[in-house]
Amino acid sequence: MVLTTRGLSVWYGAALALKDITIDIPRHKITAVIGPSGCGKSTLLRCFNRMNDLITGARMEGEIRFNGELISTPGTDAVSLRRRIGMVFQKPNPFPKSIYNNIAWGARINGYRGDMDDLVERSLRRAALWDEVKNKLHRSGLELSGGQQQRLCIARTLAVEPEVILMDEPCSALDPISTARVEDLMDDLKADFTIIIVTHNMQQARRVSDMTACLMLDETVAAEIQRTGILAEFSPTDLLFTNPKDKRTEAYITGRIG
Amino acid sequence: MTTPERSAADSAAVMKPDHPATEDLWSGHSRFLAFWELAIAVILAFCAVVTVLTTLGIVLVLSIQTVEFFMESKAGILEFLLSTELKPDATPPTFGILPLAWGTFAIAFGSSCIALPIGLLSAIYLSEYAPRRLRGVLKPALELLAGIPSIVYGYLALLLVTPVLKAIFEPLGIRVPQFNALSACIVVGVMIIPLVSSLSEDVLSAVPRGLREAAYGLGATKFEVSTRVVLPAGLSGVVASFILAISRAVGETMAVVLAAGMLPQITLNPLESLETMTTYIVQVISGEASYGTAKYLSLFAVGLSLFVITLGLNIISGLVLARYREVYQ
Ligand SMILES: Nc1ncnc2c1ncn2[C@@H]1O[C@H](COP(=O)(O)OP(=O)(O)OP(=O)(O)O)[C@@H](O)[C@H]1O
Ligand SMILES: [Mg+2]
Repeated sequence: MVLTTRGLSVWYGAALALKDITIDIPRHKITAVIGPSGCGKSTLLRCFNRMNDLITGARMEGEIRFNGELISTPGTDAVSLRRRIGMVFQKPNPFPKSIYNNIAWGARINGYRGDMDDLVERSLRRAALWDEVKNKLHRSGLELSGGQQQRLCIARTLAVEPEVILMDEPCSALDPISTARVEDLMDDLKADFTIIIVTHNMQQARRVSDMTACLMLDETVAAEIQRTGILAEFSPTDLLFTNPKDKRTEAYITGRIG
Repeated sequence: MTTPERSAADSAAVMKPDHPATEDLWSGHSRFLAFWELAIAVILAFCAVVTVLTTLGIVLVLSIQTVEFFMESKAGILEFLLSTELKPDATPPTFGILPLAWGTFAIAFGSSCIALPIGLLSAIYLSEYAPRRLRGVLKPALELLAGIPSIVYGYLALLLVTPVLKAIFEPLGIRVPQFNALSACIVVGVMIIPLVSSLSEDVLSAVPRGLREAAYGLGATKFEVSTRVVLPAGLSGVVASFILAISRAVGETMAVVLAAGMLPQITLNPLESLETMTTYIVQVISGEASYGTAKYLSLFAVGLSLFVITLGLNIISGLVLARYREVYQ
């Protein structure tokens, strides 16, 4: 288990966004997080790399462990944690710098002392982007297509050699062909990284993931008051989609909720 | 041909079979619309033309009078541009603009040394570090500074800054004259801080949130995010705010008259009095130079030079801003 949570709850101000999540994320596997909109999928992901620290009013309770080490305390060094738990966002967000510097930037600020050219090439190759950009490394990253930009963002994350990669709907802004490329890429990356991917696309979750967590809105609280997410089911993907144990999961994956 | 009543009823029946009466509620555009549109276009065009003509007129007057100045004073353009002496009342008078150019440059440089770093750092603080509520108070407060009339800064220099400078330097045996460049630089610097901080803050907070998240996600500290992602992304806007602030310092008059005095000289000592282009113009106008004399006409030559300098700075800032717009679109 690379990441484990015990009784994790998250508040934004007074609103409880995520309640009592207990989950164990296995190493070198792809874990998909699915569930209806607003049930806290992004919130859960942002707890793992302490990105919620940047939001005023966000607060969490319970514990998260990374390789057994407690990372949910206020004293945790979030900055060095984020190098080891990388993140790819929904909207491709390359820096307005050259393709080369997009990759090199993260490595530089983290004090990488090896051969930078080599690292850039290696990361781009791993992200299956090298052949498309090798002749224009010094052009702006913003000149690439959306799908290429997203792979550039993945390459940028790979360059700092994290253990875990969090992906928050990485394909929602991409066309089917780019999506297929990113999915193939994830499959290749599994050998070296642990991936957690949030997706609204049931087929995608089935195609790429080994484990699936299905979050649901807590129906004991009226949605007008607050939308609180709970973990409905966490099982191997095959099982979850063919034989869901939870009624709400079944309703969600067959399209009756959400 | 159908009658108007019938066609209205027909179309209503097609569009909204259940509400045949609603068509009566729509009167459509007035038939004066075309005329009104034309009138608006003419009024707008008139305003635009007035603005352009005024500018052209000013440039024309400045240029004609400048030519007259060169004929009247017998000073060649070279003497005007290169002589280090400005003695309009001497016989024969000399009209070198260099002492004024030096004074203008010295005040602009000195005040920039104060305003650019402080303005930029406070912009970074406001956009990246300050809690939202504090920023909501601080930003308008800073902008309020920009609304203080410059004459107020002038007597602030005279009544507060210079006495403080005297208290600091005179015990060390350094004489501080009533009018000195340092005090002018300080007040003009303070005066243009809000220009830098407010504009730069706008530019920095317009940098997309996604870029910051990307940087934090790679393990960057807040300082690295601010200085190595946000600042470079907004750099051209920041530079444009610098140029705007500098051109404000170049054009500043009242505060400089009261703080630095009117002694045209080229000196590196910041505790000496100076004269800038704008203050020279004030001096000539408020003096007794009679119409048509070389001294009187020199005003236009200096005015034209000032115009060229500020125009140049504005063009540069426009170019820089245009480049900035390209980055995100
Ligand atoms: N920065 C924030 N401040 C306040 N409330 C927030 C913030 N971010 C999210 N929330 C709230 O927390 C709840 C969970 O949001 P979250 O973004 O995690 O949902 P999600 O499952 O990722 O939804 P989606 O599928 O639409 O992306 C929502 O009710 C949302 O309104
Ligand atoms: Mg989300």
